[in-house]
Amino acid sequence: MNPLSWMLPPSASTFAGDIDRLYYLILIITGIAFVVVQVGLVWFLIKYRDRPGRTVHYTHGSVKAEVIWTAVPTVTVVIIGLLSGRVWNQIKGRESVPENALPISILAKQFEWHVTYPGPDGVTGGSDDFTIRNQLHVPVGRAVVMSMTAEDVIHAFNVPAFRLKQDVVPGMTIRAWFQATEPGTYELGCAELCGLGHYRMRAVVTVHAQDEYDQWMRTARQTTAQR
Amino acid sequence: MTSLATPVESHVQAHPDNRSFIQKYIFSTDHKIIGIQFLLMSLLFLTVGGMLAMIIRWQLGYPNKPLPGGTVLPETMAPGGVILPEFYTSAVTMHGTIMVFFAIMPLLVGVFGNFLIPLKIGAPDMAFPRINMASFWVAVPAGILMIAGFFVEGGHASAGWTSYAPLSADPEYTGVTAGQRIWCVSLIVLGLSSILGSMNYITTVINMRAPGMTWFRLPLSIWALFITSILVLLAIPILSGAVIMLLFDDVLGTHFFLPAQGGQPLLWQHLFWFFGHPEVYILILPAMGFVSDILSNGARKPIFGYHSMVYALIAIGFLGWIVWGHHMFQSGMNPTLGTSFMISTMLIAVPSAIKVFNWLGTLWGGKIRFHVPMMHALAFVSMFVIGGLSGVFMASTPVDIYIHDTYFIVAHLHYVLFGGSLFAIFGAVTFWYPKMFGRMMNPTLGKIHFVLTFVFYNLVFFPMHQLGLQGHMRRIYDPTIYDFLKPLGGLNRFITISAFLLFASQLLFAYNFIVSWFRGKKAPANPWEDTGLEWTTPSPPPHGNWPATPHVHQPPYEFNSPHVKESDFLPQTQSLDAIPGRSSAGAAH
Repeated sequence: MNPLSWMLPPSASTFAGDIDRLYYLILIITGIAFVVVQVGLVWFLIKYRDRPGRTVHYTHGSVKAEVIWTAVPTVTVVIIGLLSGRVWNQIKGRESVPENALPISILAKQFEWHVTYPGPDGVTGGSDDFTIRNQLHVPVGRAVVMSMTAEDVIHAFNVPAFRLKQDVVPGMTIRAWFQATEPGTYELGCAELCGLGHYRMRAVVTVHAQDEYDQWMRTARQTTAQR
Repeated sequence: MTSLATPVESHVQAHPDNRSFIQKYIFSTDHKIIGIQFLLMSLLFLTVGGMLAMIIRWQLGYPNKPLPGGTVLPETMAPGGVILPEFYTSAVTMHGTIMVFFAIMPLLVGVFGNFLIPLKIGAPDMAFPRINMASFWVAVPAGILMIAGFFVEGGHASAGWTSYAPLSADPEYTGVTAGQRIWCVSLIVLGLSSILGSMNYITTVINMRAPGMTWFRLPLSIWALFITSILVLLAIPILSGAVIMLLFDDVLGTHFFLPAQGGQPLLWQHLFWFFGHPEVYILILPAMGFVSDILSNGARKPIFGYHSMVYALIAIGFLGWIVWGHHMFQSGMNPTLGTSFMISTMLIAVPSAIKVFNWLGTLWGGKIRFHVPMMHALAFVSMFVIGGLSGVFMASTPVDIYIHDTYFIVAHLHYVLFGGSLFAIFGAVTFWYPKMFGRMMNPTLGKIHFVLTFVFYNLVFFPMHQLGLQGHMRRIYDPTIYDFLKPLGGLNRFITISAFLLFASQLLFAYNFIVSWFRGKKAPANPWEDTGLEWTTPSPPPHGNWPATPHVHQPPYEFNSPHVKESDFLPQTQSLDAIPGRSSAGAAH
């Protein structure tokens, strides 16, 4: 990996592609604006530098120029806004959680993540649930919906590979979903300053193939039941 | 000209000065002295804020290695020179707090609001000189208090400069008791200073403009300070109110922000950012104003699109109130509200773009002089463009999901606040230094300082975009905890080394500033051949500023006007009738 790259690191969730495409679109648009303005600036500095014989073009401005450079940025940002709004609704909109998503509860506290998985009844909140600290296990290719709350202060659920970040707020239960696309392990790190141990509020996300996940779930239920 | 300002013939004019040393330099009511007092105080805080940044950078570049010279720090901060996590979070908190409230804001508003407004509008002093003195002497205890917080048991506030509740509202969560309370009280006291100052600036601009200084003859620096003062007057009371509620939660057992007893953590964020976003514009609008003055002077051309520039300032002043929610896209706020705030945020990019294009238009066809203030002003334009463009990424709600709370944000805000505001401050200090102190700063040292600062600044902050794009979170004490951040260790060290060199380069500025004060070349009245009113009086101006009230006949930026051939600039006080063979008819714009 080239640390000076403007490319985003590999992603592993269904909506990551939409976010990355928007990012690259904005990168191209702002990149063009950046080059035009900076090159223009340097060019002007060279061309119009003070030297003998240069005469100044005395002017107070141009209405035509003002109209152009008001209209072009306005149209550009409105288009970016409309495209963004659509993707935003698909990821974070209240209606965006796919049906049949696998429910998981998350309780964040200084400085750990408590992940509660549903028991055999398939829903969280029953007495058959079990909780594991700092490990999030999910199956690949299936939407997972997390009901998240915090015990003490505000934390933020943040898995860069899934392009998902959501503050976890005490006194609120916030739902967020994702669907992993690649089996493997990923890192979950708190993104909102939550105290002196903020930096080590880390958990591991394991994305399993479905049969491997079922196997893990059976073992986990047994071992947590024995405790 | 129908909108002539009410002529003010002042009775307080330059007169022999028989005040004692204390009246003249300590408890002074002279706006120029108060401006210089604010300057010295905020440069001191700028240094403290910079030192805190060095502590932060050391820990990020060389986690858990002893800070060079760090053994002077007490055991509670850095035993054996190794920075503790609790001290790191304090340093992060106080770097932000000090830079925003005690360095950049007073540098822009306290210093230049005081120094420039009367001198540029042709007034002998502020409308309320004693309130002006009070505004400085209220800021001093606030500053002493904020520094004292480092030395109390439990350390200084460590909930971030944004002080998000509940972390900030209950000592149980941070282990910080006295520090957080000191933070609150200091900001409440400082807020009083800002309110006193801003009402003074507003009144002065409205009431004390010299005859002929119409609204549309005001230099853009004054327009910017005027709009900024209105923002300060409206925004600071919101902060004070919110901070009082926070203090009550902590001390009196109220539960505004504590959820267990029915409080709302998000309420703090709404209140804080309802203040905080106008605050962001408080920290950039005056910079835009100073840069406009300096660019026009350096280009030897009138500012391009003066009226657009004024309307853009006003538009930013209004829109700045309805964008605060973009700090809260991922906070759990209703996502539909997120979309509304995205649209308003996208729109505020437009007046910023208008300003950039008009600055370019000002340079176009000019005859550019590269004096030190001009170099800083040009750097401002270039860096502000980067900060503005990177803002589009986080304005887009879906992209913000990924980059929120990462180093991409840190890069963005420093491109606006350092690349923008601080370069403008360097430009403004070097531009008006001769007027303040009656002496010139050394231009060679100034140019070396500029080049070093510009290079190291970019080496520090540009790669932070890349850190953020790789997912590097903000405010983390040790990034090596995370596997995905381990490959960034080299880049973090590179940034740290560059940051130390950036800090060291500022010693040149400090040396130039201090030595020029005593040994600098005597400054003439108008060293930059500028058109502003302040350059028609000696450097430094006497008490009362002018022997007689100046009369204004010209718009602010008449460089290379076709009406004069003798020099390339037409001072605002110059009447065309006074020049033989010319009529003022052609000067009406």
